[in-house]
Amino acid sequence: MVQNSTISPGDTLLKVDHVSLRFGGVKAITDVSFDIRKGEIRAIIGPNGAGKTSMLNVINGFYHPQDGTITYKGATRAKMKPYVAASQGIARTFQNVALFKGMSTLDNIMVGRTLKMKSSFFWQIFRHGPAMTEEIAHRRMVEEIIDFLEIEHIRKVPVGKLPYGLQKRVELGRALAMEPELLLLDEPMAGMNLEEKEDMCRFILDVKEQYGTTIALIEHDMGVVMDLSDRVVVLEYGRKIADGTPDEVKANQAVIDAYLGVAH
Amino acid sequence: MLYNVLIDPFVQMGAAPDLFVQTIWEGLVAGVLYALIALGFVLIFKASGVFNFAQGMMVVFAALTLVGLHEKGVPAWIAVLLTLGVMAILAIAVERIVLRPLVNQPDIILFMATFGLTFIIIGLGEFIFGGEPKQMIATELGLPQGTMRFDILGGKVIIQKIDVAAAVIASLMIAALALFFQYTRIGRALRAVADSHKAALSVGISLNQIWAIVWFAAGIVALITGIMWGARSDVSFALQVIALKALPVLILGGFTSIPGAIVGGLIIGIGEKLAEFYWGPLVGGGIENWVAYVIALVFLMVRPQGLFGDKIIERI
Repeated sequence: MVQNSTISPGDTLLKVDHVSLRFGGVKAITDVSFDIRKGEIRAIIGPNGAGKTSMLNVINGFYHPQDGTITYKGATRAKMKPYVAASQGIARTFQNVALFKGMSTLDNIMVGRTLKMKSSFFWQIFRHGPAMTEEIAHRRMVEEIIDFLEIEHIRKVPVGKLPYGLQKRVELGRALAMEPELLLLDEPMAGMNLEEKEDMCRFILDVKEQYGTTIALIEHDMGVVMDLSDRVVVLEYGRKIADGTPDEVKANQAVIDAYLGVAH
Repeated sequence: MLYNVLIDPFVQMGAAPDLFVQTIWEGLVAGVLYALIALGFVLIFKASGVFNFAQGMMVVFAALTLVGLHEKGVPAWIAVLLTLGVMAILAIAVERIVLRPLVNQPDIILFMATFGLTFIIIGLGEFIFGGEPKQMIATELGLPQGTMRFDILGGKVIIQKIDVAAAVIASLMIAALALFFQYTRIGRALRAVADSHKAALSVGISLNQIWAIVWFAAGIVALITGIMWGARSDVSFALQVIALKALPVLILGGFTSIPGAIVGGLIIGIGEKLAEFYWGPLVGGGIENWVAYVIALVFLMVRPQGLFGDKIIERI
């Protein structure tokens, strides 16, 4: 499952350089730079409306910034298409779960394999030959992910019927099925109870350990962020106010002010 | 009066069961063809949220292309393949020229674009193949002709062989589509796009490619519909008016459901034939043309999402 990559652990995998994003007059992101190193868990935190999700959308190509560049695996570009981002190994999950509600857990995760499947339209139509062999190989891979996430019991259930916590897990499964090099998680623990949060933390750490996947995550639960992440970048009103290890960020006066407010 | 509306028709049905069976059969055949047209609408609506007004015209255009190519001396089956090629080119062109520049525009704008597309296809069809009605090349394609007679229930039921062929081919095609949607990578991608554009993009599905495939699939359905309709009457631009019958079918079946399109088509087909035959004489006939819309109206009041459509529930 591990991707072949020329980038070794600790090197810069993704670099965001002076990125600014505006929607008409609204400045979502202003001149933000940071980097993500191979093999680390990088947290992006900040109050609501700080531009965290916009940042993820820029990285995987949903939004195109007006200024600045993004360097991914050594290639620099001003904007990226979602298709290109996905095919180069960037997978993501969404803040309010974007699953294919009418499809089963299995099918949802199989969709994550779309880019890895190569058989032609011709064989697809007849469901024979190469298309069939391929389907079986990918199915095996998907079963592995299902085991890993401990969701065997809901394999055939349409995901729209699942409780929220499990939906989040299926969404993680779909992202993992892409064998990502960089995994973007938008509030993976939002709306979960304590037990579900602990499970999710465990999965995230396991993904990092077992597959060497680099992870960038947005999270509001500070306990989780401080425990999980190697480095933290803090945004407020679209600007970067701090960047460093959890301990450094915790002690940063600007961060304390942003979260607790300043006495006037 | 009440007796004439509520009781007498059923007495008649009981009195001449062979006529009743004949009427049901006629309705079933019309229903299969309505279902085919509705299926073309549903495919496109599901994947791209566009109500494709041009679907009816695509049926005519596909049939015209087929007949036109044959008139120019192309053997029947090669003409079918070439027509499929033309429908593929049309699908790719529509995606490139119409859909792609209008991405994220309100639905009404996309609808108007397909409205315009209808007239472009009409013009194109008339320009290349002329405006006169043509004969469908049913015999050359090996479609059966003539009739079968059955003696049942103390009377005769007459069945056109071409209608049987239409029903069989339609069923096969629907089964093939269902398998394709359920079990292949592209089928899964199509369903994924129908569920969530955002999530589909994030796993690297190309919306442009999917839209072209869906329009091509709708083109194949259009060609088969065109052959079957054309074989029963003839191939002319008047066919596209019949395509509007797909609207009540869609209201009945739900805009997003393939089984809905089939069941809706059959209900409308059988309903209007029964209404015409048994209730029509009460008002001097001719109710076949509007009874489908009445059924649809009643449905809109009782079950606006259709038989199988997605119920829209929003949290407020």
